Amino acid sequence: MSKPKYTIAVTGLNAIDSPGPGIAVIRGLKVAESFDVRIIGLSYEAMEPGIYLHNLVDKTYQIPYPSAGQDVLFERLTYIREQEEKIDFLFPNFDAELYSFIKLHKRLEGELGIKMYLPTLEQFEARHKPNLYEFGTKYEITVPFAQMIFSANDIHAVTEKMGFPIVVKGKYYDAKIAYNNEQATQYFNKISAQWGLPILLQEFVQGTEVNVCGIGDGNGNLMGAVPMRKLYITDKGKAWAGVSLDDKELIEITRKMVANTNWRGPFEMEFVKTSEGKYYLIEINPRFPAWCYLTVGSGQNQMEAMVNIAMGKKVEPFTDYKIGTMFIRYSNDLIVDIKEFEKISTEGEL
Amino acid sequence: MKLRKNVAISDSGFIFNPSTGDSYSVNPVGMEMLTLLHEGTPKEKIKSQIMRDYVCDESTFEKDYYDFTLMLRNYKLLEEDE
Repeated sequence: MSKPKYTIAVTGLNAIDSPGPGIAVIRGLKVAESFDVRIIGLSYEAMEPGIYLHNLVDKTYQIPYPSAGQDVLFERLTYIREQEEKIDFLFPNFDAELYSFIKLHKRLEGELGIKMYLPTLEQFEARHKPNLYEFGTKYEITVPFAQMIFSANDIHAVTEKMGFPIVVKGKYYDAKIAYNNEQATQYFNKISAQWGLPILLQEFVQGTEVNVCGIGDGNGNLMGAVPMRKLYITDKGKAWAGVSLDDKELIEITRKMVANTNWRGPFEMEFVKTSEGKYYLIEINPRFPAWCYLTVGSGQNQMEAMVNIAMGKKVEPFTDYKIGTMFIRYSNDLIVDIKEFEKISTEGEL
Repeated sequence: MKLRKNVAISDSGFIFNPSTGDSYSVNPVGMEMLTLLHEGTPKEKIKSQIMRDYVCDESTFEKDYYDFTLMLRNYKLLEEDE
């Protein structure tokens, strides 16, 4: 029986030191056994390495930054759709762009025939860093206490209550551990300048960071989950190497989160496991993480499964994965003709 | 004293704890000790075997056995009820 061929658009092509998940998602799609794929890259900047990875990305179009608004994004996607024979599916991979894509979900499917598989706006908002403590209380998942602040003047009052060290977190990205008020103020200024307000001050939990990459079907079923521990962490806190774990308790916590929230789509849950074996939920990212290709290596091609679910195919939940599968990132120098850079910079497509 | 069931020990002396993701390596004597512990061999039997196969007096064995098992406990490689 011949396989269908899907055209799939993917964002997050910035395979840099703090990598977007796009390239890992594409690699998962490229090795899918149930379909063939043509990849449309959606980039924000001309220096995103994925644009030039022609073995993975067939064609790239630049899209407007989320700050430009949904109408501008829809207009651009309409143009892209007109250039392409079809776009069956779209993978948004950045937290900051997800709001726009969730809001455009129905229009994209209805008017352009582009499917997505995303959390609802309620799910997206509920797991936001400022709301995570409340989220944990509601769904009986332990979350470190956190407080949202809009001014550096509020730091002192919060640290009086929480003590040190304290974690200073941006709305979407970045987190730094501060050991005194001066450091906290410095991080507040740095992170808010890059990612805006509010800033979150979170209780610091000592332990090992363990993460889960998974998908929910929107009806409370966990369709796949692979727990991972970072083995090598960059100065930006990103995993440069990791290994899949045998951690049934973590899978159960994940199953509970998906069942209680009816989570739809991909997610990454980030935990700290203390030396007493207690799990603290630090973050839920409503998208695949940059290390999601480990799920493929462990025997769960979650990207393929998600496309098939969205396409209405019958998909059985993954029940197993290979424990002790490692990933190790590497950096590489792509040789690029300046004409390619010129084309994407001036015409917005390559 | 027993090693956790899911701890993987390879012939090369490489040990992987799949619950934590940590890995270690041991020398041939350590490997022999681990294999005996993995099989649930009682301490007295391990002692007699090690003292039979290596030049080792009882007090040295006791000290090294204590150090080794303390390390295994610290690395959470032993069953929790131990």
